[in-house]
Amino acid sequence: MDFLFIIQQTLSATIGVNTIIFALAAIGLNMHFGYTGLLNFGQAGFLAIGAYSVAVPVISFGLPLWVAFLIGIFNSVIFALILGVPTLRLRADYLAIVTIAAAEIVRQIARSATFNSTLGGSDGITGKFGAEFFALNPFKSGLNTPILRFNANDLWVVITGWLLVALIVFLMWIMVNSPWGRLMRAIREDEDAVRSLGKNVYLYKMQSLIIGGVIGACGGFVYALSRQSVQPDNYGTALTFFAYTVLILGGAARVFSPVIGAMIFWFLIVFIEQVLRQGVTNNLIPDWLIGANQVSQIRFMLMGIGLMLLMIYRPQGIFGDKKELALDAKA
Amino acid sequence: MQRHSVSGNEFVAVTAETPGSAKPDPILIADHITRTFGGLTAVNVDHLEIQRGSITALIGPNGAGKTTFFNLLTGYDAPNSGTWSFNEKALNGIPPHKVARLGMVRTFQLTKALYRLTVLENMALGARGQKGESLLTSLFPWVWKAQEREIQEKAISILTNFKLIDKKDDFAAALSGGQRKLLEMARALMVEPEMVMLDEPMAGVNPALKQSLLEHIKELRTQGKTVLFVEHDMDMVHEISDWVIVMSQGQIIAEGTPTSVMKNEHVIEAYLGAHHDVDLSAEGEKK
Ligand SMILES: Nc1ncnc2c1ncn2[C@@H]1O[C@H](COP(=O)(O)OP(=O)(O)O)[C@@H](O)[C@H]1O
Ligand SMILES: [Mg+2]
Repeated sequence: MDFLFIIQQTLSATIGVNTIIFALAAIGLNMHFGYTGLLNFGQAGFLAIGAYSVAVPVISFGLPLWVAFLIGIFNSVIFALILGVPTLRLRADYLAIVTIAAAEIVRQIARSATFNSTLGGSDGITGKFGAEFFALNPFKSGLNTPILRFNANDLWVVITGWLLVALIVFLMWIMVNSPWGRLMRAIREDEDAVRSLGKNVYLYKMQSLIIGGVIGACGGFVYALSRQSVQPDNYGTALTFFAYTVLILGGAARVFSPVIGAMIFWFLIVFIEQVLRQGVTNNLIPDWLIGANQVSQIRFMLMGIGLMLLMIYRPQGIFGDKKELALDAKA
Repeated sequence: MQRHSVSGNEFVAVTAETPGSAKPDPILIADHITRTFGGLTAVNVDHLEIQRGSITALIGPNGAGKTTFFNLLTGYDAPNSGTWSFNEKALNGIPPHKVARLGMVRTFQLTKALYRLTVLENMALGARGQKGESLLTSLFPWVWKAQEREIQEKAISILTNFKLIDKKDDFAAALSGGQRKLLEMARALMVEPEMVMLDEPMAGVNPALKQSLLEHIKELRTQGKTVLFVEHDMDMVHEISDWVIVMSQGQIIAEGTPTSVMKNEHVIEAYLGAHHDVDLSAEGEKK
């Protein structure tokens, strides 16, 4: 077994590109679900809109990348409005249903043959739409140490990505600790009570939906740029549920917890995978038990078992407050 | 009848004890309000006026439509027909948060404490015109910090008055049912309402707390606020209300002072059933 390789792969993943993408997706969900109580099951749709908005304007319309970012933010605001206007006045479950469907509609439109010329159909878009971003990369070579390893492009994505995460977490932290944040948490508890105090709940829920959605779209930016390609099927419901997993791992309604949750998520996924892979190739795990091509499925099964144990023994998540969660039972 | 301003409970002397009677200085006027649920007419109020600065009790058997009527007046539900106004402003189609901003603030029969907010946070939420509640200014704490301090001071003074000050940093969920009722009323006062509508404020409250709740309600009248409250405990109603309105099967069946209303035969009928005067046991024997 090459333990150093396992460590290198695992640590690189723990602070890697995927962790940043999932952290952003989950920070957005934390705004929605953790702070405002909005059940958004369509976060993947926001990421897809971010990803396509960064690729399409550059590739198909020759616009500069920074314009594409603005388009991405604009589009995610519009998407939030489309989801919110008809549903936010209704009971919470309507938003859940509409978001899960809307995210699928986004994906199906993206992969449809009709828009093949601009959106690339089921193959998606691959191209150098991130060229302007990587042109700014000061690192000529990547990082290659015994414990961390990134190629030059990934290193640039990771550094800028973490700066983005830090900025967003910082802004979120200020906001949720303001009277605005108090109002959001109050809506999560009981929106009718908040209305009776003269607050326009609908407006605030809309703000939450937009902010969390834009943060999700930022995750889409990173997703697209890091791979220099956009694949529609990466933005299915599984992505949303992984983002919820990340949120629950960290513990909802803490500003930092989605970041920690994403790190733990990718730490576990890659660690389990690497250990299994090495075990299989070195014949430490017999072939009849796990074959080489079953590893990537098995890691999710083990992850699922781990999550179940977490829910049983630490239902508030890693950083959640058990007392606070218990109160949810409306004693 | 000529309308003129009267203070406190003097209006009682000049107001007719008939359902829908005119008040000298009404703050709330409702006309022809109906609300049906399927075949059931839950509310059917022809005319109602609430005197400004008074404590008015709304009583009636369970299912009489009191809560539904509250919901209609405060914008939580829409009537099938009818108009109503608060301070001469028509309220039809006005959403609940705007009704509250106009100065008519309600509480709920099933208490709505915000469980995972602290008692102090519950209170602070009620304050009006908070700069820190706007998305943009929330990012600049120095813009709202001073106002927030004032809000907390005000909240602390009301909590002290309501004897909840020791609990200020506890989650609202940690309070007893009676304390939550108190908190809900205290929180409503943070909005600085002109009129307070309390739906069963005393239900589930222990006797000691009940007495202090009564004092708080009387204190509101002293401050010139109008109180409309739903209550089942007749002793309580008797003790604090200037005026009593009786609802049964969606309609106002009687109005008047607590003493006269409780002698009213329609009221007794409504509470005991239409045939309370029939000797049921004797009838049962004959059959
Ligand atoms: N949302 C609703 N749907 C159907 N029926 C309702 C609804 N709300 C109230 N009712 C009915 O309307 C009547 C009046 O109820 P309510 O206003 O709660 O009475 P009260 O507060 O005087 O006890 C009851 O018969 C109740 O069952
Ligand atoms: Mg009721």
